[in-house]
Amino acid sequence: MMPIPRFWREIKQRYKGIGSVCKNCEKMYFPPRKICPECRRESFQNMEPVELDGRGEVVTYTEIHEPHTEFDKHSPYIMAIVEMKEGVRLTGHLVNVDLEDVESGMKVEATMRKLGEESRDGMIYYGYKFWPVDE
Amino acid sequence: MLSSEKRYLLEVSDLRDVAIIGVGETRLGELWDKSLRELGIEAGLKALKDAGLKGDEVEKLYVGNMSAGKLIDQEHIAPLIADYAGISEVPSTRVESGSASGGIALAEGFKAVASGMEDIVVVGGAEKMTDVGEQEAKDILSSTADQEWETVFGATFVSLYAMMARYHMEKYGTTKDQLAQVAVKNHSNAAKNPNAQFPREIKKEFVKNAPMVADPLGMFDCAPISDGAASVVLCPAERAESFHGKPVKIAGIGQGGDYMSVHERKHICTMKATERAAKKAYSRAGIGPRDIDFAEVHDNYTITEIMSIEDLGFFKKGEGGKATEEGKTDINSHIPINTSGGLKAKGRPVGAVGLNQAVEAVLQLREDAGERQVNEPRYGLIHNIGGTGASSIVHILKRWS
Ligand SMILES: [Zn+2]
Repeated sequence: MMPIPRFWREIKQRYKGIGSVCKNCEKMYFPPRKICPECRRESFQNMEPVELDGRGEVVTYTEIHEPHTEFDKHSPYIMAIVEMKEGVRLTGHLVNVDLEDVESGMKVEATMRKLGEESRDGMIYYGYKFWPVDE
Repeated sequence: MLSSEKRYLLEVSDLRDVAIIGVGETRLGELWDKSLRELGIEAGLKALKDAGLKGDEVEKLYVGNMSAGKLIDQEHIAPLIADYAGISEVPSTRVESGSASGGIALAEGFKAVASGMEDIVVVGGAEKMTDVGEQEAKDILSSTADQEWETVFGATFVSLYAMMARYHMEKYGTTKDQLAQVAVKNHSNAAKNPNAQFPREIKKEFVKNAPMVADPLGMFDCAPISDGAASVVLCPAERAESFHGKPVKIAGIGQGGDYMSVHERKHICTMKATERAAKKAYSRAGIGPRDIDFAEVHDNYTITEIMSIEDLGFFKKGEGGKATEEGKTDINSHIPINTSGGLKAKGRPVGAVGLNQAVEAVLQLREDAGERQVNEPRYGLIHNIGGTGASSIVHILKRWS
């Protein structure tokens, strides 16, 4: 697992789903970027934070049976790539649903959860997870 | 900015042609009695011997290695290997680009010779993965994905490929049978390779019924964790015939890049890095995918081979699974893929993989590949992916005459 400062540096973005938008081309990014890959240098110091709505749909998914040590207790669990309403995509746990009931295109919502058990460095990781919602 | 108007300071024709004049590799597997430096030296010495060199001639050493720092707690390994090889005075550099470290080290060696900076260059790749436990080695592989935005949320390395697999299956109708066929074929090829970690055939049912690792990928959809090393000796083509009877030419190289995280890529089961690398390599070699007679592609998971044979232009997007099932990638079929057994069955010493591939391609082009020999090949392609596809490198090798 990565060192604590590396995780904490962007804890706010992970907690609240804060991405960034390029003021040059209006394209939105999550995780937040300092430079827009479309506009490159012209976007530098021209990226503004923006909070995601939190709703999206599943693009693809898997059920993990051999997790990293920190996630052992959750095994097996479902990971998904989710496309948010704003068009950005992210990777996260999909909870409160069985594999048989998951399908691509399924509507989900981000929620704040504990990510892993206390790791060997005494840290508890928090961040977003997803769960299914009705339309 | 890359564009068709791009001007190079040196025209491609100003670069020197580069030949591979010697190859060597260790057996791959869990080699508990061999250290990283021993593996590196064994492969290097075999390559020097193959080239008919003593060792004094070496002007530069590149070493592809992904993670000696984490795997054996040793950084600065290029001079370490040079030192123990008895050539401590030779300048040496480690090259890292995840699992593409070996392939990209080869590209750096190529550039050193092509540019005229050096004449005799040794490029090695070495990885010692089994000094840590299997779980830890897998965690280390995962660190080539984006730790802050993928793995911290619980994604494992294989799970990211599993999501590409599901996407490919849903979009193109690729089946678990087709994935399994990749493993069956590569094990069958490895059975003819004395250096392979798993030189034995396996049955499709066995692959399909193996315990799940990350759905839809099971245990036998995954390449193993391996120790091993491989090495090649490069020199200017004009000098090649003075060293060895059967040199091989490097006809083209191309490296590509892409977003680090899988979720940032719009087309989840296409690796743009590979498409970009292949395009440059074909263009520099002045040929296209149809001219390639065999290829070693990066099959860390079965799905990766299917995606890669599409991204490299051998089959249309979405048709890789079907082509595999129809036997079109078998030895002496349409386009033989991974005659060595690939990462899947020959083995996956990550940072060495690109060099293992080069060794196989050279043996094939010299027609020294024994039982797994492809019929009179002219061009061979090798393809090495870093991480989940944020870097990719393609080399096209050509028979000498
Ligand atoms: Zn922009």
